[in-house]
Amino acid sequence: MADFLINTVGLPEWLAWTITAFVAAALILNVIAGGALVFIWAERKIAARIQDRLGPTRTGGRFGWLQSLADGIKLLAKEDLMPEGADGMLFRLAPYISFCASFCAFIALPFAFDFVGQRLNVGVFFVVAVLGLEVFGVILAGYASASKWSLFGAMREAAQVVSYEVPLGMCVVVPVMLAGSMDLVTIAEKQAGWITNWYLFHDPFTFVIFWVYVTCAVASVNRAPFDLAEAESELVAGFHTEYSGLRWSFFFMAEYGSMFLVSALAALLFLGGWNGPIPVATLAGLSEGTGDTANYFVRLIGCGNLLLKATLGVLLMMWVRWTLPRLRIDQVMTTCLKYCTPIAAAMFAGAMLWQLAFPGGVVRGLSRPAGEIREGWLEGPGGLSPGRREPVPQVGAAGGMESQEVVQVVP
Amino acid sequence: MSLLAAGLPVAAVPLVAGLLSSPVGVAHYLVVGAILFTAGVVCMALKRNALGVLMGIELVLNGANVNFVAFSSPYLRGEGAASLGLDGQIIALFVILLAAAEAAVALAITLNFYNNHATVDIDRAEDLKG
Amino acid sequence: MMTTVLASVMPVAAINWHSVLFLLFAAVACACAVAVVLAENVVRMAFYLVLSLAATAGLFFLAGAEFVGAMQLMIYVGGTLVLLVFGVMLTAQAPFVAIKTSSSDRVLAGMVGAALLAVLLQAAFRVEPWRRPATAAVAAPAATPIGMALLGVRADEPAAGVPAAAVRSGYLLPFEIVSIHLLVVLVGAAYLARAKRRRTPRAIDVAASSVGPVVTARQAARSSASALVSGGGR
Repeated sequence: MADFLINTVGLPEWLAWTITAFVAAALILNVIAGGALVFIWAERKIAARIQDRLGPTRTGGRFGWLQSLADGIKLLAKEDLMPEGADGMLFRLAPYISFCASFCAFIALPFAFDFVGQRLNVGVFFVVAVLGLEVFGVILAGYASASKWSLFGAMREAAQVVSYEVPLGMCVVVPVMLAGSMDLVTIAEKQAGWITNWYLFHDPFTFVIFWVYVTCAVASVNRAPFDLAEAESELVAGFHTEYSGLRWSFFFMAEYGSMFLVSALAALLFLGGWNGPIPVATLAGLSEGTGDTANYFVRLIGCGNLLLKATLGVLLMMWVRWTLPRLRIDQVMTTCLKYCTPIAAAMFAGAMLWQLAFPGGVVRGLSRPAGEIREGWLEGPGGLSPGRREPVPQVGAAGGMESQEVVQVVP
Repeated sequence: MSLLAAGLPVAAVPLVAGLLSSPVGVAHYLVVGAILFTAGVVCMALKRNALGVLMGIELVLNGANVNFVAFSSPYLRGEGAASLGLDGQIIALFVILLAAAEAAVALAITLNFYNNHATVDIDRAEDLKG
Repeated sequence: MMTTVLASVMPVAAINWHSVLFLLFAAVACACAVAVVLAENVVRMAFYLVLSLAATAGLFFLAGAEFVGAMQLMIYVGGTLVLLVFGVMLTAQAPFVAIKTSSSDRVLAGMVGAALLAVLLQAAFRVEPWRRPATAAVAAPAATPIGMALLGVRADEPAAGVPAAAVRSGYLLPFEIVSIHLLVVLVGAAYLARAKRRRTPRAIDVAASSVGPVVTARQAARSSASALVSGGGR
């Protein structure tokens, strides 16, 4: 887009980049805010259906689809209260920190091949790291509220999120290992083709670790059954007990943004990203280089694909929330440390050994040849440049010898 | 930003304009590193709270890291300047890892100290005073 | 407003976004670092520290060290999170919220700090090649060479001005040492921070016996503390 502005419209370069950046930021912001509106409505309807109720029916027509907008207006009009003993600055800043963290992670999230705010070489790592920042807003809110309920909620959240980052990281590493890249675009590209190319179906270990990832993701965004930070039956409303109006809605938007984010990450890492189960575009003869319009069309469909998968993930979380009872804090910790972490570690080792044992895949034609994966280390974005492929083995051999010498010094 | 520019004397405007338009070099990063380092040292020396001292240490390590990354960065290298290459980045990685390890141990010690003295004021750690 | 002022001085087209972003991150990092020193409340100090570290991660991204930046975000933020939690836990009681520093100490520290800063800045500006603006347009940064180097294989281009490729070796041994070190730290921290059973009441219990609910809060927090420490030390 920046190129278009510079070449066709004739704007100076810095202005073109500024406009492009603002448009991209506005798009991402709308995905979060619009997504939150839709998801809140969906959550009400789903919760109602699961509990044998109707949910919102009147606002805005037959299905109550304007309910979340009405809620938003109500929140805007609410008085912004602050407790007397609160730490004013931190109390005011906390919701924005939460929201900013959730928003920043979207920067590196690709929606289709070229639809990405900033393609990062360490995309997966960045998203997981920034997602972990969200908990800061929650802890600050809990501390600054000067309320026992809030502090309890914040402490639980801190313990929970820091613990769950360990198994979550391990789950995320497996697709990274299979793709040989931390670039989210590359990882999704590697799963192009039929549904069997998705990393979910790569081998039994990835299939198991996907479900571990789902568990850890639900825990790391504080959704039920892991929503101890806001356990309303014990802590009134947990960390946001003292919040009202717009600030409270920022926490809510951050929560729904993170839910969407971890779902999209699951789609990118395990469920083929923007590639559908059937390579329709390739079968129809549309591929890279067919033409700009066709390319754009394919990418638009890919974007829809990814949004669909992420939405399904969010719906799954809602289903889980209204089905399972809340865990106790010690049960949450047990789930993480005694079950998720060992299972993730074992599956990680298993997936690694599988790569060694069946480099060509068990059934030829279903799995991708491992040679292609190894090439990925050397080629493509994030790898070493194609021109440097030849000297690499030599450098590797020399480096290997040196490191052996170094190791021998030790005893 | 506009407030800042309006508040500054007119003489500073060319300076700001120069900073905004000229590319960043290694020296810019070194200044940031120096400020972080100094703040960390002062924090370590000044705070009587054990947690404050820990935060000072983190700042000092961070300032050193800024320098390592600046020297290793291919983006910032000027004409004819030497570069650390990848080594700088890897050393920065090790510094981050060791800082995390150090924070864990120091916090455990602080916790023990708090259990024994019911305070985190390091001036109260005078049990061994003769 | 800004643009009008600037336009009179220089052509607007010359704005370098890299420099603008650098100034933004650098200002946040430095201002928050100073705020850490000036703040009295532990939680606010930790808050400023996190902002400073995050802005530094932004600087790393700008310098092309993406992997280091992401590591900084992940590890430092995890570690500082623990600091924050401990800050809340250990200063929950009123007498311990702020431990004041005397104003004479402040003045002295300010003077020493200014002197140190002057020395460092002098050193930074002394070397002429460092002051030259960046010229090199380089290929996209890659995490792969870092991973290879940690496995003992150097696959990156030799830096300009380094003649002998023979001295360049990988980092397998330091990597292993750091791994073992982290494991030892994990065990050691968990051992140091474990809940001990005592026959005599501790000083903290005596001090806190007047306020009932706080004790339960702290005990709940401490039971999760060892888990937190092991999480922060990964």
